[in-house]
Amino acid sequence: MPVHRQPDFGTPAKNGADVSLKIDGVEVIVPEGTSVMRAAREIERDIPKLCATDTLEAFGSCRLCLVEIEGVRGTPASCTTPVSEGMEVTTQSPRLEKLRRGVMELYLSDHPLECLTCAVNGICELQDMAGAIGVRDVRYGYAGENHFDTIHADPVDLSNPYFQFEASKCIVCSRCVRACDEVQGTLALSVQGRGFGSKISAGLLSEDFFASECVSCGVCVAACPTATLSEAALVAHGAPTRSVETTCAYCGVGCSFRAEMQGDKVIRMVPSKDGGANEGHSCVKGRFAFGYATHRDRITTPMVRDKVTDPWRVVGWDEAIGFAAKRLKSIVAEHGKEAIGGITSSRCTNEEVYVVQKMIRAAFGSNNVDTCARVCHAPTGYGLKTAFGTSAGTQNFASVEQADTILVIGANPTAAHPVFASRMKQRIRAGAKLIVIDPRRIELVKSPHISADYHIPLQPGTNVAVLNAFAHVAATEGLLDNAFIKQRCEDDSFADWLAFVSEEKNSPEAVADIVGVEAATIREAARLYAGAENSAIYYGLGVTEHSQGSTSVMAMANLAMATGNIGREGVGVNPLRGQNNVQGSCDMGSFPHEFPGYRSVEDDAVRASFEKDWGVSLSAKPGLRIPGMFDEALAGKYLGIFIQGEDIAQSDPNTKHVTAALKAMECVVIQDLFLNETAAYAHVFLPGTSFLEKDGTFTNAERRINRVRPVMKEKCAMAEWQVAAALATAMGYEMAYTSSAEIMDEIARLTPTFARVSHKRLDEEGSMQWPVTDAAPDGTPIMHENGFVRGKGHFVITDFVATEERISRKFPLILTTGRILSQYNVGAQTRRTKNSKWHDEDVLEIHPHDAGQRGISNGDMISITSRMGNTTLRAEISERMAPGVVYTTFHHPLTGTNVITTDNSDWATSCPEYKVTAVEVKLSNQQSDWQSKQREIAATHYKTEPAE
Amino acid sequence: MKNSIDAPYGAPDKVRKICLRYANRGSDLIEVLHDVQAVLGFVDETTQKEIAEALNITRAEVHGVISFYDDFRSEAAPGTIVRVCRGEACQSMGAENLLPVAEELTKGRPRIGVEAVYCLGNCALAPAVTVGGTLHGRVEKDHLVAIVEHAALADEASE
Repeated sequence: MPVHRQPDFGTPAKNGADVSLKIDGVEVIVPEGTSVMRAAREIERDIPKLCATDTLEAFGSCRLCLVEIEGVRGTPASCTTPVSEGMEVTTQSPRLEKLRRGVMELYLSDHPLECLTCAVNGICELQDMAGAIGVRDVRYGYAGENHFDTIHADPVDLSNPYFQFEASKCIVCSRCVRACDEVQGTLALSVQGRGFGSKISAGLLSEDFFASECVSCGVCVAACPTATLSEAALVAHGAPTRSVETTCAYCGVGCSFRAEMQGDKVIRMVPSKDGGANEGHSCVKGRFAFGYATHRDRITTPMVRDKVTDPWRVVGWDEAIGFAAKRLKSIVAEHGKEAIGGITSSRCTNEEVYVVQKMIRAAFGSNNVDTCARVCHAPTGYGLKTAFGTSAGTQNFASVEQADTILVIGANPTAAHPVFASRMKQRIRAGAKLIVIDPRRIELVKSPHISADYHIPLQPGTNVAVLNAFAHVAATEGLLDNAFIKQRCEDDSFADWLAFVSEEKNSPEAVADIVGVEAATIREAARLYAGAENSAIYYGLGVTEHSQGSTSVMAMANLAMATGNIGREGVGVNPLRGQNNVQGSCDMGSFPHEFPGYRSVEDDAVRASFEKDWGVSLSAKPGLRIPGMFDEALAGKYLGIFIQGEDIAQSDPNTKHVTAALKAMECVVIQDLFLNETAAYAHVFLPGTSFLEKDGTFTNAERRINRVRPVMKEKCAMAEWQVAAALATAMGYEMAYTSSAEIMDEIARLTPTFARVSHKRLDEEGSMQWPVTDAAPDGTPIMHENGFVRGKGHFVITDFVATEERISRKFPLILTTGRILSQYNVGAQTRRTKNSKWHDEDVLEIHPHDAGQRGISNGDMISITSRMGNTTLRAEISERMAPGVVYTTFHHPLTGTNVITTDNSDWATSCPEYKVTAVEVKLSNQQSDWQSKQREIAATHYKTEPAE
Repeated sequence: MKNSIDAPYGAPDKVRKICLRYANRGSDLIEVLHDVQAVLGFVDETTQKEIAEALNITRAEVHGVISFYDDFRSEAAPGTIVRVCRGEACQSMGAENLLPVAEELTKGRPRIGVEAVYCLGNCALAPAVTVGGTLHGRVEKDHLVAIVEHAALADEASE
């Protein structure tokens, strides 16, 4: 039996007053604006349809959904006809049957009748409708032909690695074209020609799907009612037979997907319309790039070795865990409990992270636990907690639909958070104003149908100066929300802040030279933000990964509070979280100074509650942060580390420093899917599980706790929480859980913001946004609605202090780093998929002026040198960059981007300053020494090829 | 499909100026295409890209509009275009007999092109034909040959 499809209501849901009507004599009450088609579906009177689907506005082209309405002439289309009070609708009559058959005959007269050998056999809407309408004869002939010449003129377009386009199967319902427009907002598709000659076309006539503007989000494939646009895997393997609803493991948007399966094989990932974050949308990573999970590079058996120069020895779980425990215990015996610790992963579930931090605190005996958020959003946690009292974004994603002015700063949503970016782009197209603060001319600055009202291409490292200037304009031009401030914020800290931002040194005119942008632009943009009814800030790592990362976060919080843009829909301060569970891993007590729920380890009452529940005494001393672990390792005082799913040797700054620290350790235990770069320095390798094998929860950037459900058995025979529990037990602290749900129950018991969360509730009621408490049992989409969590909003003085990383004659350019759409972080996953067809190497984007000065042409190999090191990569000349600033990504290990990044970090949280490195760029024809060495290692260890 | 002839030298500047004339508004795409075609004779893919960029719309949108209307061309047009009306009135007055005659004239002569149109608004004088943009009514076979040959001569002279 083919997989069950999600019900389709034909047209989108509407909000409005109740309207009562009768459909086939049955009374139905729906909101005003609802279509007759949707109202009929509400009472399970499905009306035949082809061009309608509930993710798109009604179009009215297929003429199958005709109905009769009492007192109305003719047979209106039910999709484009809104309900009205007292309406009486008939969905089935001899007249309608005849009309629909006539229409269907026309469709079938030009459609190949090869259903039995078609990719969508059994899951085809055209097939379903032909069945429902009862076509028995086609007057125009049905030789199983179509007017397209599939052999010569219109061959199947196989250019996209994940889906194909076959024009002969097309009924020109335009669902794909409209989905690309209304949902994704890319408009890469159009109808070419007209009438019978109409054909769906991507880009220009000479372009195929791959060459067109298509970003491969898959929304057209999901919208297609026939086999015209089909997943390649569907064509290769046939229709799925079962589905499991789960959550994507890429970025912090946290899209819900239905993993559609045949046995243990994932045929396709289909975005779920029930997903709170994505509402049926997806991007190229979540939709298609899951092949890494079953890639042959996966290591599925534990391995150990005495020295990192020895070859790996495959062992059983008991031996591996015993080996790790023995080594770690002997380090503790010799050097004390402070000599070991671990790092949790933002890629793992809440339950897995919780168990690992518990293992470190309870079994290792110290608070030496940190997480990869240290290198991304630690300043967000610190800054927002200081200002508002909660280490999280204030809004849900849907809130952007109410924003009048959107301020995007240090984020590139169309590449890094594509599904949310689509939502934002739709809002901008509907009229919201847009300000982009970014050194690079990102897609949001200008791309089809999107044009930022202001782009502030600031010098990297000057965010604080710009934000202070925004505040200065708001404060000195009477744009503050004094009523909000008086009611919701602290009087004293506000008064101090007001005096500070009003100082002349914070005016746009005073900072213009530092920022490198005209004062007038800054002033006008500030007015736009401060003057709008609802202004919302969205930011990313371009804010946090600076020496003043925390200061910038607090500057944004100040600005939002002072202009009253907190506590309702359409406003807020919103971090776009990089990884699927970075919010969750922080919530779960991954920081060295905080228990789950961001409560200090130094707080006796909090500690006592954990000691009581865990039955062990816990340290009151905050542990080491990641950079501290490296420093202590080099000092010979930190010798054992458990690294859960993180590749610090590639992702952390100043690679040579990181690898030196790893080399200095006596026991490096890593848990991962693949032998990553860090594995070269490990003694114990514990195989991990992919998201397709996990049972638990991820928490996305809007604090939404989404269920992650296993679609297949663990490839390595043990769940990750079982491994951590076993290691804790071997270390001498008994830890035993029977299920992941039991872990969540413990989290809920010990963490006030999770008090009412359980797997049972999430399964029955769907995702929830924390806090989920007795006061808010269904969760909290918008925070701080009636008051700040900390009481009154706190203003912080945010003096601009320039980074110590400065340009000089020797290093005259600033390097900043970022991401690309098709690749993800260190690329461990996406490089093992066909996504590499879009981006198979990291390139250095450089402005034509800087390139010209150095004699660099497009595609030349160049060497890039900083005070830390050098590497080589290919140059791409691009006007996206301002002169003086160069840009690259860090998706490929051999690029070694982090060989050149520095040790500078945020003053408050030690978050590294990835975004500012002074460099020089020169033509080069050879690899750097570091790269040559890495290539040798890679030749033996890390060979990766795309998944089948 | 590859275009045989590229846009003439200096085209990008002209295209940008035309787009600017319409304040780079995407909603004025059809006007822009008319003006560009009037200047360049046709809108090849390079020019389509220029227009998309200037109007901040997608290449697909430009291509969709150009391919919808017969009057927009993505390749250089023949020197003499013969449009024979195939609307009802002209058909009933014998236009169908004119088509083979026109097609016969194109044989071995790439600078003559024949196209069908559906109503030139000249039904009272059916069958109607345009040659090189000039409308002719009550056209008969011999008459058609004479008009086309005359236009072709003028075209060859201008070459």
